[in-house]
Amino acid sequence: MSVSGKSVSGLNVSGTSGPILDVQNLDVVYDTVSGPARAVNNVSFALRPGERLGLIGESGSGKTTMGTALMRLTRAPGRIAGGRVLLDGTDLLTLSPRALRATRLRDIALVPQGAMSALNPVMRLRRQIEDAILAHEPRTTQAQLRDRIAQLLTRVGLNPAVADRYPHELSGGMKQRAVMAIATSLAPKVIVADEPTSALDVVVQRQVMQTLGRLQAGLGAAVVLIGHDMGLIAQFADTVGVMYAGRLVELGPVAAMIGSPRHPYTRLLIDSLPGIDVKRRLAGIPGLPPPLVKLPVGCPFAPRCPLAHDRCRVDLPLSQEVAPGHVVACHLYPDNATLPPLTIKAEVQP
Amino acid sequence: MTIALKTRLPGGLGSRLGGTLIAGLSILGVIAFFSIIGPFFVDEVLAQVGSVRPRQPPGGDFPLGSDAQGRDMLALMVHATPNTLKMGLIAGVIGGGLGSILGLIAGQFGGWIDAVISVISDSLMTVPAIAILVVIAGNIEEMSTSVMAVVVASLSWMFTTRTVRAQVLSIRERGYIEVARVNGEGPLEILFREVMPNVMPYIVASFVGTSSAAILAIIGLEALGLGAQNEMTLGNTIYWAQQSSAVLRGFWWWWAPPIVVIAMIFVGLFLTSVGFDRFANPRLGRRA
Amino acid sequence: MSSDLASYLAKRITQLFLVIFIAVSVNFIIPRLLPGDPVATALARLQTSGSGQTMDIQAVSDAYRARYGLDQPLWNQYLNYWADLFRLDLGVSFANFPEKVTVMIANALPWSVGLLATATLLSFFIGSFLGGRLAWPGAGRGIRALVPGLMVLSAIPFYLLAIIMVYIFAVELRWLPPAGGVETTRIMRLDWATAQDILRHAVLPCLSIAIGNIGFWALGMRSQMVSVLGEDYITFAEAKGLSPGRVFFWYGIRNAFLPQITALALNLGAVVSGAVLVEVIFNYPGLGSLLYVAIRGQDYFVIQGVVLVLIVTLAVMLFIVDLIYPLLDPRIRR
Repeated sequence: MSVSGKSVSGLNVSGTSGPILDVQNLDVVYDTVSGPARAVNNVSFALRPGERLGLIGESGSGKTTMGTALMRLTRAPGRIAGGRVLLDGTDLLTLSPRALRATRLRDIALVPQGAMSALNPVMRLRRQIEDAILAHEPRTTQAQLRDRIAQLLTRVGLNPAVADRYPHELSGGMKQRAVMAIATSLAPKVIVADEPTSALDVVVQRQVMQTLGRLQAGLGAAVVLIGHDMGLIAQFADTVGVMYAGRLVELGPVAAMIGSPRHPYTRLLIDSLPGIDVKRRLAGIPGLPPPLVKLPVGCPFAPRCPLAHDRCRVDLPLSQEVAPGHVVACHLYPDNATLPPLTIKAEVQP
Repeated sequence: MTIALKTRLPGGLGSRLGGTLIAGLSILGVIAFFSIIGPFFVDEVLAQVGSVRPRQPPGGDFPLGSDAQGRDMLALMVHATPNTLKMGLIAGVIGGGLGSILGLIAGQFGGWIDAVISVISDSLMTVPAIAILVVIAGNIEEMSTSVMAVVVASLSWMFTTRTVRAQVLSIRERGYIEVARVNGEGPLEILFREVMPNVMPYIVASFVGTSSAAILAIIGLEALGLGAQNEMTLGNTIYWAQQSSAVLRGFWWWWAPPIVVIAMIFVGLFLTSVGFDRFANPRLGRRA
Repeated sequence: MSSDLASYLAKRITQLFLVIFIAVSVNFIIPRLLPGDPVATALARLQTSGSGQTMDIQAVSDAYRARYGLDQPLWNQYLNYWADLFRLDLGVSFANFPEKVTVMIANALPWSVGLLATATLLSFFIGSFLGGRLAWPGAGRGIRALVPGLMVLSAIPFYLLAIIMVYIFAVELRWLPPAGGVETTRIMRLDWATAQDILRHAVLPCLSIAIGNIGFWALGMRSQMVSVLGEDYITFAEAKGLSPGRVFFWYGIRNAFLPQITALALNLGAVVSGAVLVEVIFNYPGLGSLLYVAIRGQDYFVIQGVVLVLIVTLAVMLFIVDLIYPLLDPRIRR
C-alpha cells in the first residue's frame, strides 16, 4: 500500500516487464577553457522495475554527473551531448520543459548528494513538501496535505511534528530522511540516490540505507545508487556498475561482481577494501585517473592497468557480454574466461 | 560577462586575466599616464586664476575652454588630476595599512583585543562618514592636501579591518596553521610566515577599495568647499564651478571635464577591483 | 524568548547605545580640541557682517560663555552637554540668532527623510530585482546589455550625476526646476498645488540618488544570486519539478535577499553621505543643505546638532534593520 495509490506490482505502466529505465549511449560534456571534458562517455545500461543498481567509481569518474543528467538537471558549463534516457518508454531528453517538470518527482526522483544542504534554509519543512505535492497535484486540499505529510514522515521514521521545523533544527540523519520522504512522496518509478550517506557517521548510514531499502521495496521503485563506498553498495544493490573516466567499464549482478570481477579496475577496487577477518597491507591503485579533457587513445585505464598490453593502448575496448547480465569493456575478453591474477606494475606512465 | 582571454601566459594566468581586469587597468593606466606626463607639457601657470581670458568655450587656444576666473581648463585638469590621485593614494595606503594591521591583530590574537577592535570598527562603520569628516574638516584652519588625505584615511580603515580579520579567521581554521602551532611557532611567527602571505590578495584588493572610497570622500568634501582652498584638485574645480553657478549659466566645459575624469577614475578602479577578485579567486569561475 | 535571540538583541542594543555615546562624545570633543574660539569667531563675524548692530561684544561674549558653560572645566561642559541633550536643547544658531537649532532641524528633517526614503526604497528594490533577474540563467539579451551600464553607473559618485542631470533636465531642457524644495514664492498649504510643486522639485534630486545607487544594489544582488544558484537546494527544488518562477523567487531571491539586507545596512552610511551632497547641489531644504550653510557660516551649534541627528538617526535605522533580520532568517531566530 503506497501513499498515492499507485500499483506496486513491479510492472511498469504499460504492463510489460521491459526496462523501466533504459539509458542508451549517454554523453555529457563539460565545456571548459581547455576544451570539452567528456564526463560521461557513451554510457548505456537498463534497469528493470524494482531493481537496485549501484554505480561506483572514484571522484571524477563521472558518476555524479551521470546522476544529474538522468533527470536533465545538468548545469552549465555541462551539457548533455547525446544519447537517450528512456523512462518507461519516454525519452526524457526530448521532453518539453513543462512535460519534464511534470515527470520529475512523479516518475523519477532525486535523493541528492549532500542532503544537508538540499533543503531551503528559510522555509519550514512542511512548505517544502507541500510545494512539491502541489506542483503535481494542485487540487490537493489542506487537510489532505496534512495527512499525507504526516504519513510520509512517519514512513521514513520521523515524528510528524518535524514538519513545522526549519532545516537547521534537524540533525544530519533527520534531514537525509526528510529529503527521502520528499523524494518518495509521489511514488516514483525510479529513485536516483547520489551518495546519500557520505556526510553521515556509520550508525546513521545504516539507518538511512535501511530506510531507503524499505521505501524502495514498498514502492517497487527501481533505484540507481551512486557512491564510492564499495562495501555499502555491495550490501544494498542487486546489480553493480563500475565507472572509470566517464565510461562504464563493467556491469553485472553483485555476487558475480564481488566474487569474480572481470575488469582489472573492479578487482583493484575490491582489493583496496580493508578486510575485517584478514590482516594485510592496504593496497591502493597507483596513479591518477586521466584528465577528462585529454583522454588517452585506447582504454582509459591502460596507464594504470597491471594487465595492459599493446592493444589496450591503441584500441578502445567495447562492452561485451561475458555471462548473462554481466558486461565488461576490456580487451582481455573473450579470450579469457575469468580475470587472470594481477601483479601491480612497478612504475606507471601518465 | 567577462571575456576570458586565451593568451599564452605561464601557468593558468591566461584564463584568469579576464577582460575586466585588463579594461580596468587600462583605464587607470591612461589616467596615470596623463597625470604623470601631462604636467611636463602643460604649464602650471595657465591653471592659475587670471592667467587667461575668462569664460572662453572650448576651441582654438583653449582646447577645453577657460573658466570664469581665467583658468585654462586643460591645464587645470592636467594639474588637478595628479593632486587628487596623490591624495587618494596616500589615504589608501594609510587607511588600508592601518586597517590591515588591525585586522591581522584582531584575527590572530582574538580575545579582548579582537572584541575591542571589532566593536570600535563596527560602530564607526555605521556612522555616516561625511558627518564626522565635515566636522573635522570644518574645524581645521590650515587645510592642505596631505592633511585632507590623513583626515579621510582616519575613517576609511574599518572595512579593510573587517575583511582582513574575516580572512585571517578562516585561514586559522586550516590544517597547516595547526601544524605550525604544534611545531612550536609563536603567534607572531605564524602571523608573518603562514597567515600573511595568504591574506595578501585581500590586502591588495582592499587597498584599491580604500583608495576609491577615499577619493570619493575627498572629492565630496572639496565639492562642499571644505578642501584645501587654493590647491588645484578635481573636487575643488567642481566647487569653483558651483560657486560661479556654472551649471545654470551653461558653462558646461567647466564642470564636465572634472566629472569625466572622476568617472574614468572610478570606473577604472571598480573594474580593476572586480577583475582582481577574479584573478585572486579563480574558483569564482565564469558566470553563465 | 530563547537565549540566542536574547543575546543577539542585547548585543545590538549595546551597539546602538555605544554608537550614540561615541557620536555625542566625538561631536563634543573635536571642536573643542582644535584651536580657535568658536564664540569669539562667530561674534566677530556677526559684527563684521553688520547684523551685530551695536553690541557690547564683551558682554554678549560673557553671556554666551556663561549660558553654554564655556568658561567651566571641560568635564563640566561635557556633563552639561549631556544634560542639554536630554532636554532636547541643541543650542542656538549664530547666523539665525535666536532661532533654536532644534527648530531648524525639525523643519529640515521631513524633507531629507522624504527624499532619502523614497530614493533608497526605489533603488534598493528595483535594483535588487533587476540584479536577481540578471543572475537567473536565461536572462534575455536586452537585460544582459544593461550590465556594463550598471557597472559604470555604480562607479560614478551620485552627486556628480546630480550635476549632469541638473544640466540636462533643468538647464537645457527646462523640464524640471533646478533647485529648491518648492518655488520660493509658494505659500505652503495642504492642497494639490503645493503637493504637485513639491513633487516636481523632488524628482531630480530623488532620481540622482536612486540612479546612482541602483547599479550598486543590482550588481550586489546579482552576485548573491549567483552564489545561491550554486547551492544544492536549488537543484533539489528543480528536481521536485517546481516551476522556474517558484524556484527563482522562493528558493533563489528569498535566500539571496538576506546578505543584500546586510549590504543595505553596511552602506546606509554611504547613502546618507551622498544624499547630503545631492541636497547641496539642488539647494534642497533638508539636513544636508542646513549642514552646508552652517559650515560656510561657521554656525557652531547648528553643525553639532545636525551631525548628531544624522548619526543618531542612522544608528536607529540600522538597529531597526537588525531587528528585521531575525524575522527573515530563521537561523538567527532561535
